[in-house]
Amino acid sequence: MTDLVSDSAPRAGTRVDAQPLLRVDDLVVEYALRGKTVHAVSGVSFALRRGETLGLVGESGCGKSTLARALVKLTLPRSGRVLFDGIDLTALSGPDLRALRQRFQIIFQDPIASLNPRRRVADLIAEPLRIAGVTDAAERQRRVIDVLAAVGLDAELALPRFAHEFSGGQCQRLCIARALILEPELIVCDEPVSALDVSIRAQIINLLEAMKARYGLTLLFIAHDLAVVKAVSDRVAVMYLGKLVEIAPTNRLFRGAGHPYTALLLQAIPRPDPEAPVPEHVPVGEPPSPLAPPSGCRFRTRCQRAAPRCRAEEPALQEIAPNQFVACHFPLAGDAPRGEAVP
Amino acid sequence: MRLSEIAVPNTLLARVAEAWAGVPAFGWLFWLALAWIGMIVFAAGAADLLPLPSPTDMDMLARRAPSSFEHWLGTDRLGRDMLSRLVHGARISLTVAILAPLIGLLIGGALGILAGYFRGQLETLVVAGVDVLLAFPPLVLALAVMAYLGQTVANLTYIIGVLSIPAFTRVARAATLSIAKREFILAARAMGATELRILLRELLPNVILPLLAFFLLGVAVTIVVEGALSFLGLGVPPPAPSWGGMIGEGRESLEMAPRIALLPALFMFLTVLSFNVVGDTLRAHTDPRQGAA
Amino acid sequence: MGLASQRAARATPEETPLLALEDVAVELPSLRGVLRAVDGVSLELKAGRTLGIVGESGSGKTMLSRAVAQLLPRGAKLSGRVAFDGQILSELTPEALRRLRGRALAFIFQDPMTSLNPVLSIGSQLIETLREHLRLDTLSAQRRATELLGEVGIPSPEQRLKQYPHEFSGGMRQRVAIAIALSCEPKLLIADEPTTALDVTVQAQILDLLAREQRRRHMAMILITHDLGVVAGRTDEVAVMYAGRVVERAPTRRLFKAMRMPYTEALIAAIPELEAPPHTPLKAITGLPPDPTRRSPGCAFAPRCPRVGERCLAAAPPLAGDGVHDFACWNPLRPPA
Repeated sequence: MTDLVSDSAPRAGTRVDAQPLLRVDDLVVEYALRGKTVHAVSGVSFALRRGETLGLVGESGCGKSTLARALVKLTLPRSGRVLFDGIDLTALSGPDLRALRQRFQIIFQDPIASLNPRRRVADLIAEPLRIAGVTDAAERQRRVIDVLAAVGLDAELALPRFAHEFSGGQCQRLCIARALILEPELIVCDEPVSALDVSIRAQIINLLEAMKARYGLTLLFIAHDLAVVKAVSDRVAVMYLGKLVEIAPTNRLFRGAGHPYTALLLQAIPRPDPEAPVPEHVPVGEPPSPLAPPSGCRFRTRCQRAAPRCRAEEPALQEIAPNQFVACHFPLAGDAPRGEAVP
Repeated sequence: MRLSEIAVPNTLLARVAEAWAGVPAFGWLFWLALAWIGMIVFAAGAADLLPLPSPTDMDMLARRAPSSFEHWLGTDRLGRDMLSRLVHGARISLTVAILAPLIGLLIGGALGILAGYFRGQLETLVVAGVDVLLAFPPLVLALAVMAYLGQTVANLTYIIGVLSIPAFTRVARAATLSIAKREFILAARAMGATELRILLRELLPNVILPLLAFFLLGVAVTIVVEGALSFLGLGVPPPAPSWGGMIGEGRESLEMAPRIALLPALFMFLTVLSFNVVGDTLRAHTDPRQGAA
Repeated sequence: MGLASQRAARATPEETPLLALEDVAVELPSLRGVLRAVDGVSLELKAGRTLGIVGESGSGKTMLSRAVAQLLPRGAKLSGRVAFDGQILSELTPEALRRLRGRALAFIFQDPMTSLNPVLSIGSQLIETLREHLRLDTLSAQRRATELLGEVGIPSPEQRLKQYPHEFSGGMRQRVAIAIALSCEPKLLIADEPTTALDVTVQAQILDLLAREQRRRHMAMILITHDLGVVAGRTDEVAVMYAGRVVERAPTRRLFKAMRMPYTEALIAAIPELEAPPHTPLKAITGLPPDPTRRSPGCAFAPRCPRVGERCLAAAPPLAGDGVHDFACWNPLRPPA
């Protein structure tokens, strides 16, 4: 029992509240593509506690990037709510929304494309301050230099340069600096290290952890690499074709995954260990298109354990173990389902 | 962690210095073209101050005269000084050539950027409007306007300008579409920037360069268009000199003094070529700078 | 005498390597001067064996693969010897090279979206290769094409033949690319990051497919990747590249268990371990890969190496060892007892 409790508690030093910082209620995001509807996010609900890092994994087409953008209201949802610190984002617009944006930020996958190629670093990092109305140039300068130092860049060398003069990893540091300068409470990281080399990846992950501790952040960390997600997350959520299929404390998920898809992901990770047996992967095909998701459980077309019930009835998230929620009629591990609950 | 490999200079001065070191983009042709343009623009601008005889003074005693000390490039069939007419003609031709595409750049550029950024109904409207404008046969429209509103340099400039709007709209829209979907625009929005701020501070600096390059090509095209109209007698009204008009007037002297037609043609050729070279070079140079991944 | 020639002298005739690279270098022109993308690489590969080439961006691994296939970009200068199946590739006429490529030497690229022609149907692309290289008539080519699609795991191959690349998913497209590559029974298949653009579950299936086909056809394969996990279970030998050079080369097991070069160790250590608890700080490699236009005289990894010594900054260590396990380091890690 103590094992599970410590799994979900963030490290000492970060403040943890009971009231969730971010709450997502039945979020649905769709968009039109060549006349058809893409069901990118189909009813996702979860809560993010202050001070924790929630990892979100899924393969391409699962909707995690769309979800990320919907959370910071860069994409408009079709229905559902996003509550930031109790404030309904979906109802907010205009100057109120813009003012609130200072409290949550987002980092994207392609760090070089996230920086305006025609503006110098000094401008780029100071821009959030300008938007927030900091008119004193000296103060802006000071804060820019501070945050650049925090992310490990030499301000004197960096400030007059343009984004394309930096490597991918350094650009990501710049993006992180820009996201941090207003000292937000939440940062959504949309695959922040996927485009980086392995050795740089480790640097950036360490940096994010350090920044989280220093600024007391709450993170939503999206990735397709389970090993990376494991390294940074307190809890992990798994998405498949627009649905949340499992959400559990990190250790619990990796030791005893409840959903067959999670097990599939874990099994498919290439291990840098020649002794580890290479499992014969049963060909389970590819994810169906989000244009026409299967009825009932969306994973049933690739699931070894699929039964008629899976086609007829869509499984809801159920708590199969303390704090572990799985959307499956026949979950892998854990006790019998205890009834629905919002994680 | 110090940045250790940052040594790429990026100021304009440094780029020019790199160019002297032989970077292929800014080749000798580019500098030659730039020099010619500079010279022509200066001469056209300073036309009144230069010690040239009046372009309209007719010296009946020295008609179709070859080059001499008084007339460096000779005279035309009415005894008017060729050099002076070329320089004053440059002024008129360049005025039209620069102002007309400027109309296209400002109006077409703005329309294209707004259409490409806001999409939706605005885009549909702009694209449809531009298509309608394109459907008009341009020469016929120009002639009709000139005939109806009067054949003046101003009207000529306006009509060519309006006719150039669709091209600029397309270029602006295409550039905007490709840039607006990049993450840094999204990032600006995520920071709480207003749409206006994004348009001016994020989008515009990136779109302006391809538009500028296209503008220079538009200048080259306009010189030819104005030249063609003036050649037909339907452009700049005489006796104001213009290169196209001079070529037209030189037609009947082709046997006796071909230089009367060939000199303006040569000037036009060199100027158009120069603008094309500069425009092309800038375009090639700015495209990779757009941060192609 | 180059390394390849040394080994050739030692080897028996049956063991003559299928592919032998001797001191291969690739220079590219760039705005900032000449860029040595590949800086003197010597490698060999025997028939039927799999070689993994691991490196990060800027290591030169892609340029190396292009050098082998003689598919370098315009302006690139290639030096050194590339010997394939007994022939020196640089001495071949363009016609002979063309016949070699696609037939005995096949290539798979990273991005399945751009490596297939979007305006031609899958069938026509497959059949084109078959007719060109194997001189089959259309009917036999069609039959073989259908067979091939089935072999690479594409369901309902007859219908799929008529479809276009955009109707396939990423993983399927890569399978098609593999089918095209395998269609002429190549002796060597070069796969340049074949699964990097694919999802992890699809990645596993594609790698399985490649391994299976490689075994079945007794084909030599070069697997280029930045992911050490990919090479761990699926290659016979691994060569690690850094800044245009091979810095360590060994049979796969030996490399992971008894690596000598600190870069290899750091690379493996930087991967988050699945078994480690969350929030374990990762052992990152500090600094950045070197600027390829600015070569320092010493070892390229020296600025980032935890074991750097004076000798490392003065001269670049040569790739040396016992012929089976070679490494380029003045201060290598001690082998486990």
